Amino acid sequence: MKRSIKNLLLVSLALLLAVPAFAADTIKIGFNIPLTGDIPEVGEGSKNAAEMYLADINGAGGLEVGGKKYMLEFIYMDNEAKADSAVNAALKLIEQEEVVAIIGPNSSKQAVPGGGTANENRVPMISPWSTNPNTTLDRPWVFRAAFLDPFQGPVIADFAAKKFGAKTAAVLFDVANDYSVGLAEVFKAAWEAKGLGPVVAYESNGTKDQDFSAQLTTIIAAKPDFIFVPENYNQVALIIPQARDLGYKGPFMGSDSWGTPDLVKLCGEQCNGQYFSTHYAAAGAKGATKVFIDRYMAKYGEEPADYAALTWDSIGLMVEGIKNAGMVDKNPRKMRQAIRDGLAAIKSFDGVTGSSKFNEQGDPIKCAVVVKISDEGTFVFEESVCP
Amino acid sequence: MDFIIQNILNALQWGSFYALIALGYTLVYGVLRLINFAHGDIFMVGAYISFFVAGFLIGPLAGLSPLMAFLITVPLTMFLTSLVGVTLERIAYRPLRRKGAHRLYVVITALMCGLILEYSNLAVLGASRLKFPELIEKQIWNIGGITLTNLKVMVIVAAILVFLFLQWVVTRTRVGMAMRAISYDKFAIPLMGIPVDQIIVVTFVLGSGFAGLAGLLFAMSYPVLEPFMGMLIGWKAFIAAVVGGIGDIKGAFVGGFLLGFIEVGVVSVFPSTYRDLFAFTILLLILWMKPTGLFGMPQSTKI
Repeated sequence: MKRSIKNLLLVSLALLLAVPAFAADTIKIGFNIPLTGDIPEVGEGSKNAAEMYLADINGAGGLEVGGKKYMLEFIYMDNEAKADSAVNAALKLIEQEEVVAIIGPNSSKQAVPGGGTANENRVPMISPWSTNPNTTLDRPWVFRAAFLDPFQGPVIADFAAKKFGAKTAAVLFDVANDYSVGLAEVFKAAWEAKGLGPVVAYESNGTKDQDFSAQLTTIIAAKPDFIFVPENYNQVALIIPQARDLGYKGPFMGSDSWGTPDLVKLCGEQCNGQYFSTHYAAAGAKGATKVFIDRYMAKYGEEPADYAALTWDSIGLMVEGIKNAGMVDKNPRKMRQAIRDGLAAIKSFDGVTGSSKFNEQGDPIKCAVVVKISDEGTFVFEESVCP
Repeated sequence: MDFIIQNILNALQWGSFYALIALGYTLVYGVLRLINFAHGDIFMVGAYISFFVAGFLIGPLAGLSPLMAFLITVPLTMFLTSLVGVTLERIAYRPLRRKGAHRLYVVITALMCGLILEYSNLAVLGASRLKFPELIEKQIWNIGGITLTNLKVMVIVAAILVFLFLQWVVTRTRVGMAMRAISYDKFAIPLMGIPVDQIIVVTFVLGSGFAGLAGLLFAMSYPVLEPFMGMLIGWKAFIAAVVGGIGDIKGAFVGGFLLGFIEVGVVSVFPSTYRDLFAFTILLLILWMKPTGLFGMPQSTKI
């Protein structure tokens, strides 16, 4: 009995030692995603998409680079949807796991600091979902798959002016979230530039807030034609019912952070009929997008949200970058440099969230869509806006 | 004018939650001199218990109407949450008390118990938020530009009733007398034939039971549940209890509403970034002028 335990230990020790021997033929990519914290759905969707991509590549014998096939290895690190944890997760991936590239963080709140860490440590990073300009600004090592807020803000302003015939707007944003603050500012400037009327109320809240009655009372007293809420879905699910309780009857307008099936689950019927801008609409998709959606549905039993699709595209970009590198170096530093150059060489990319061209900042130029939350609680395509 | 009255109502609702939680802090402190830092998390557990109880009652197995389910959920949630509180006392605080541990160690134990509750919830239920079902049909009344919901009124009335009930228990009943006695001298009291352990259990039953009620009402008002929902509100309610004079029922009640009023008042005038800055500066000033809190007494006869 004792002997068999000893043997078992020896075998497992041997296996442990054997793992690094295999590692030479694998390409390690880290994922810096929010598996817990405020937006766990986002982390889960990203991981689901990544697992699907991984099974595709490794199922086909690996990724062919320079005539040789390499297996991919994905390492998922939880950033708890916090800015400081995103930095720690990035450092852990870089120093302990020695990944050659990072995908994520998703939300700008983590992607702006996380991008800084990746850039300083000279590790290529692609943020799938971050729309804040600062994520990639003056950071040659950081790329992204999503459009930017300076584009999204005017899309929202134009749509609201046209759809609601609105003259005045109000904004409620999360002051502790880079994404929310940035988009609120861009929207305010875009709305005022239209010259239809002022932003009558510009209120903020904290990330952990549950009661918004004071801010909403101020907003409602200013009588806006619509309220723009660039916040995470979990807060939107509290804000809209509270505004209705306080007697607000007008429309709301949201941004891409709304695009989670959980929004409808948490908010219930009160969110139906509202509009938000996002990266793609699952309903009515064609071609490669439809294939992706159908496969994801078959595997996980739900429609992929925008962050899942964007993660898929980010991995696609990363694979493209590795192929452009044309070789795999055992030294992670050299490999990182090669992947970065490979990524920077990408001029255009056709993904499941549409095709995009890349500018000199490494930012894609691509279309946005506005979707409506239907009475059944699904996201229905309303219109597409291209730059 | 409408704007001010509306915000007063907002503050009353928000303050009610602080008051309900602060009452639990103060009750336990008053008797045991123990700052039960797990109290905010017992509140969170209460919200989750009410979620599962209500979900079961309106679900296909029981199939009750939402109103009926609500009427059963209230006592059942309070009962189950008080069991959690009593269990904590039994497995964490009592053994330490038996061994005569310094109060500091018990406080740290409480802090750890709170974290254990949070993270075991995270481990068991995951990070996804839960949506609390609608139990009572929401009615929105509009009176001359001021809107009010039946839920808001219920929360405020519940906070006032709980305060009056606890005040009555502590000052007018034999159990309350025993509580005050333990607070006064916990070494001489057993010699008088007062069952100290039982009285402490009663204290935890009351404190946790009303934390459960607060959790239920909170989940009905803000129907998105997450494992860390009790942390911040628990700490703030504790501060409210200290400002009111910890150990004093009236103090917790007033302190809770005071904090609610300051927070809503600041946000309605200034950007929300100033809320906690202003709120805690004002509270600091109060403590600076009256270190024992508004209703606290400097000597050891608290509660």
